[in-house]
Amino acid sequence: MVMFLIRRLLASTMVVLVSTFIMYLLVDIALDPLESLRLSTDPNVEAQRAARVAMLNLETPVILRYFDWLGGVTGCLWGSCNLGVAWTTSQPVTGLLAGVVATTLQLVTAATFIGMFFGIAVGIISALRQYTGFDYSVTFMSFLFYSLPVFWVAVLLKQWGAIKFNNFLRNPDFPVWFYVLMVFTVSVVAMGMVGGDWITRVKVLGVSSLGTLGVLLYMDLTKWLIDPSMGIVVLALIAVGWAFLVTMLSTGLRDRRSLGGALTVAGVGVALYYPMFYVWVWLPVSWPLVIALGVLAVLVGLLIGRLWGGPDPWRTARTAALTAIPVSSLLFFERLFMTWETYTTHSLIRGRPIATFGRRTPNLEGSFWLETTDLFTHLLLPTITLVLIGYASYTRYTRASTLEVLNQDYIRTARAKGLTERTVVMRHAFRNALIPLASIAPVDVITILGGAVITERIFAWYGMGRMFLDHLAANDIAPVMAYILIAAIFAVVANFVADLCYSILDPRIRLNA
Amino acid sequence: MTFDTPRPGHEDVAENAIELKDVQGLSQGQIVWRRFRRHRGAIGGLLALLAVVGLAFTSIGFGPIPGWWQHTPSSRLDLINPMGRPTMALPTWLGGSGFAIGDAPFGQDEIGRDIFARTMRGVQTSVQVMVIIGLVSAVLGVLIGACAGFYRGWIDQGLMRLTDLIITFPLVVVGAVLGKIAGGGNVALLALFLGLLIWPGMARLVRGDFLSLREREFVDAARVAGASDWRIIRKHMIPNAMGVIIVNLTLVMSAAILLEAALSYLGFGVQTPNVSLGLMISQYQSAFSTRPWLFWWPGFFIIVLVLSINFIGDGLRDAFDPRQKKVPTARQMARAARKIEKGAPQ
Repeated sequence: MVMFLIRRLLASTMVVLVSTFIMYLLVDIALDPLESLRLSTDPNVEAQRAARVAMLNLETPVILRYFDWLGGVTGCLWGSCNLGVAWTTSQPVTGLLAGVVATTLQLVTAATFIGMFFGIAVGIISALRQYTGFDYSVTFMSFLFYSLPVFWVAVLLKQWGAIKFNNFLRNPDFPVWFYVLMVFTVSVVAMGMVGGDWITRVKVLGVSSLGTLGVLLYMDLTKWLIDPSMGIVVLALIAVGWAFLVTMLSTGLRDRRSLGGALTVAGVGVALYYPMFYVWVWLPVSWPLVIALGVLAVLVGLLIGRLWGGPDPWRTARTAALTAIPVSSLLFFERLFMTWETYTTHSLIRGRPIATFGRRTPNLEGSFWLETTDLFTHLLLPTITLVLIGYASYTRYTRASTLEVLNQDYIRTARAKGLTERTVVMRHAFRNALIPLASIAPVDVITILGGAVITERIFAWYGMGRMFLDHLAANDIAPVMAYILIAAIFAVVANFVADLCYSILDPRIRLNA
Repeated sequence: MTFDTPRPGHEDVAENAIELKDVQGLSQGQIVWRRFRRHRGAIGGLLALLAVVGLAFTSIGFGPIPGWWQHTPSSRLDLINPMGRPTMALPTWLGGSGFAIGDAPFGQDEIGRDIFARTMRGVQTSVQVMVIIGLVSAVLGVLIGACAGFYRGWIDQGLMRLTDLIITFPLVVVGAVLGKIAGGGNVALLALFLGLLIWPGMARLVRGDFLSLREREFVDAARVAGASDWRIIRKHMIPNAMGVIIVNLTLVMSAAILLEAALSYLGFGVQTPNVSLGLMISQYQSAFSTRPWLFWWPGFFIIVLVLSINFIGDGLRDAFDPRQKKVPTARQMARAARKIEKGAPQ
């Protein structure tokens, strides 16, 4: 293992060195730092040219300049980073990087996980319902999303998702066609997902259309889009719903102890509804605190599960802990939703909450909740854009690997033993179907970082991709090389993580090979 | 609707009858074509692709050959409708004002250029880029993958390290740098450069296939018969890897269209006076609220091109995969069952 790590580290270092070397040469050919001086009519243009040549060392051969740059980069190993200076703005690149990396991560993280989550879920269901109308529609949709040019979708989203939606918010009454469309779509999709004989289908169709109608009526009548806070009753309903859903997927509803554990967690969440407001007031709220509270919730869930006991207490603990995640998020979002009205009526927002560009509303300052709401409204459109693309490829991968797994002998054995369909799918098929994804997901994260170049540009987020594009256009080599260096390191690390995950999940694969 | 279902106990026979008809006395090409034909999405994709490409190349002509459309992409006309609105109208039964094509069916931009002609030129650019990137990456990828897989040892090591290296480059990034070098003027040069970047995926797949193919008996037989390495690769191994190559090629080609559009949108790909669909979207996106037709058509054609190629690729994958057994429809089963009943020759 140690030998493998060392060998891998050496090989990766070589790859990074060679790729940055090649890219340095290419970028040097592509860029022309003297371009702005060529059209200049300034009388002392010669002096300026000489000064710039001296500043950028253009007289030195490019290979020597590369080693000069590399010398600065290797300084990072002992804490004295020098990635050069962006000469167009005379800012050191290290200072520039700190901000942009954070921005890009903020943009990409949520989108990656949401896309992965939905892609995997839909992919598995579509594999389970192979060759049905649902499967064909999902396949078509994922091909369609896969074929969409990002920049084209983004413009449409800005128009319909932001401008038109903000107009709509002034008087948010759902039109009749919207009711019809939503009820129809949701019920047909639900019917396709559940499948079964026609009696089941009709039942699912009826229940889901009534449910959708109820939710829409509630949202319409209470003007949910203007004041989205749920209140304790609705929150309790949703929490209990989550408890049932999580138990159904995790252990099956027949396991009464798990159901009890999950419902207890939901109950604790509801009981904390009012006390939490005091917590939010008395504690200095910040992201680390929110995350710590989330972890605490999971631990409490584990404890509750353990206390329910039973012959296999960890099953109950797992279910309860999994339920704690959505329940605690509900409490967080409830508090966030209570800020919504303050946010939309703020003098800088003026009732148009969904933003089309930028990372935050300039000059908007206020509580943690106000700023978080602001961040989320800015994240919404870019996230949808990134999710659409990531979702499509994950659906395809998951569908293919699930189909492969479902044809294996051990699935037939599991069915022959008389296990329930839930156990067969969640225990035997799902876990094995995820293995190939372990080698795809890390590489995909890198691709999203690359793809974020376009998304950042369109939504005016000043992240890494934007820094790269702007400086490439301005003939400024240092920030461009910094981006390429980081991208190369990410790629190498992603490949390494992919191999490692694969070998941990699939014991047939040896790393030493 | 009722179909006469096969009698109990006859399902297997009926299914086999369909299966047998698939393979009897046919070459691989014919089998693949038969399976491909049954894939509705793939046939739809093929027809859509042929229609779009045909329309683009005949309407405004290509190179010195004139087309049948009256305007050229760069000529400026007087505005036909106010604002340059599209003259194409839907038939009355679809809520339009009577079907018409008119002189500028997709509308005109703010300086009077015909959007139909410009979009068609953009489609031509996309198709050119797609073909060149496809060719370059196929030739390079197959050659490199074949050598690595066939010779193994240090050649394999060297070539695979090279592909690892190129895979680490984010495509949009290197594309932007290369696009800046190729300098907009020359679409073919840009496509050639991009083709030099996209081959590693193909090389990896071909290598994997070759590693298993070279252990097979027919390769030994060919070698015993005195065939040279080159002949074995060309005549015996590449035809066996054709499925992988073709399917991957469609993926590369659809990705190529999106890559070119993205680069042109960012300003590092095709540049004016050349026309590209990505470039058109970037030029016209700010006019979306006032002149939406400038924006809809280029995007629509990108989607049609990429979607149809993806569907063709999906159909080819199913057609080439020997394990893939399409579930016969109830109608097919019924037909096969009737044949058995009658005792008709299969």
